[in-house]
Amino acid sequence: MPPVSTASLSNTSRIGLWLLLAPILLWLSLLIILPHVDMILISLQERISSRNYSFSVSNYTEFFTEPLYWNTFVRTAVMSVIATALTLLIAFPVSYYIAKMLTGRLKTVLFVLCLIPFWVSELVRTYGWMIILRETGLVSTFLQWLGLADQPIEMLYNDAAIMVGLIYTSMLFMVVPLVSTLDSLDNSLIEAGYDLGGNSWNVLKEIVIPHAMPGIVSGCVVVFMLTLGNYLTPALLGGKDSLWFTEQIYTQFITRFNWEQGSAFGMLLLILSSLIVWVGLKLSKQSFSKVMS
Amino acid sequence: MIPTIASSRFFRFSYIFYVACFFIFLMAPLVVVAVFSFNDSMFPSLPWNGGTLDWYLNDTEPKLGIFNDEELLDSIWTSISIAIATTLISLSLATCNAFLFEREQFPGKNLLYVLMLTPLVIPGVILGVSILVFSSTIASWVELQFGYDIEALRPGLPLVIIGQFAFITTIATLVISARLRKFDMTLEEAAMNLGANRLTAIFTVTLPYLKPAIMGAGIVSFLMSFENFNTTLMLVGSDAPLTIAMFDRLKEGSTPVLNAVSVILMSGSACLALLSLFVQRKGE
Repeated sequence: MPPVSTASLSNTSRIGLWLLLAPILLWLSLLIILPHVDMILISLQERISSRNYSFSVSNYTEFFTEPLYWNTFVRTAVMSVIATALTLLIAFPVSYYIAKMLTGRLKTVLFVLCLIPFWVSELVRTYGWMIILRETGLVSTFLQWLGLADQPIEMLYNDAAIMVGLIYTSMLFMVVPLVSTLDSLDNSLIEAGYDLGGNSWNVLKEIVIPHAMPGIVSGCVVVFMLTLGNYLTPALLGGKDSLWFTEQIYTQFITRFNWEQGSAFGMLLLILSSLIVWVGLKLSKQSFSKVMS
Repeated sequence: MIPTIASSRFFRFSYIFYVACFFIFLMAPLVVVAVFSFNDSMFPSLPWNGGTLDWYLNDTEPKLGIFNDEELLDSIWTSISIAIATTLISLSLATCNAFLFEREQFPGKNLLYVLMLTPLVIPGVILGVSILVFSSTIASWVELQFGYDIEALRPGLPLVIIGQFAFITTIATLVISARLRKFDMTLEEAAMNLGANRLTAIFTVTLPYLKPAIMGAGIVSFLMSFENFNTTLMLVGSDAPLTIAMFDRLKEGSTPVLNAVSVILMSGSACLALLSLFVQRKGE
């Protein structure tokens, strides 16, 4: 190999660096940063006449003065918090069972079983719940067969149905981080906890949960975000009265063609979602890049 | 609460019972969808009227089977073409990104890394809406300045591909970076000592090493694109991909032909899952 002067080497590697930097900068600026900046700008506009806009915060004041918008927003946030908490409660014992009670082949099989539903489209999963919960569906028929109900019961189109769908859809994003953090907990620490006189509750509170905290936080953050931004599940399982905030955004953009109002709604949802992510990271003292990868 | 610590029989049984219920909960919707695709009824609901393959094979209305339903078949092809395009673009950029973050040092690297991750925390609906707004701003500007309408920037397939690419790239980058991090740099140096230049070394040594990760990321990207709903919903034009077509039919209340489509989707996903397992085995 001919000797290369350091100057030209650093020159070629500099070109290499720019060649690698150019595409990512284009991607992030054109598809992520500028679109959001544009959305902020449009949300701060008011349409005076055709092709004539002026600066205004009226889209935001409209949000706070119109109870429907405000209530939908709060309702979406509260339902998402409840869905996240329930997902954690349901997923934790199962994740613990897979990570700590099982070994070898059975452990792998059960873990893979947890992943299977998520290789299938969310639409198909929600459709499955519609068939189970509808008036002529499985649960209703089963209850009649048991004699617990004397006529068909409609279980779709209410908050409980939305909740079931949201929890089901989010499960994977809770189970995977929980299993991987619980798996890394050394069994001898749990044994030591018992040896020192702790009961199951003490061990769970003092050893298992603190160790699993990174997994709990990253699971909760991802689940909350996905629930907040979900459109499909509330629309199909909740019917017309599901009052989910993403539906408001869709209505403003596609049905009413009021892009200014829609952009303001989009910004509000984005702020809420980022805020929750930020609070979650602060509470657990984790860094964003670590949780995400 | 671990096998080596004694616990009451009652506790152990109720724990197993709980876990069993969980897996029934997990599998129920999928099994139900599959079973009802064979029900000889106009609606995907009880009562059970006996088995039939009509929802797959029948060629006359009103019981049009999936293999004869032109509209749904078209939407499947639309979805596949979108997914292939999205996967190819995302993989190329993701591979570049992996080299950038694992090999290069430059000021602002951490900031750029965090920025690269942000698409993961932007709700899909908002990502779609922001791209819709921005592309139409550009399109209107170009039209005003040059009197030329850029069709690709109006809602439609190109915009759907762009929107999905915007967040799928992040996931692909994470997968490929993770493998590149484990790469033994001395292999590349050996190739260069043997007379290869940097680029040849990367193409003959490093990229083959990355192949399992690139294939794995490709499978995940394809699936995410195929199944994407939120971002697609905001950017879709007149050609509906499968998820949108199915959603429209579901809202109207549809025949069990949707169950048949779902079964085909499930089989497709199962094949992809097996393929990715195979690729991972080979990589190890």
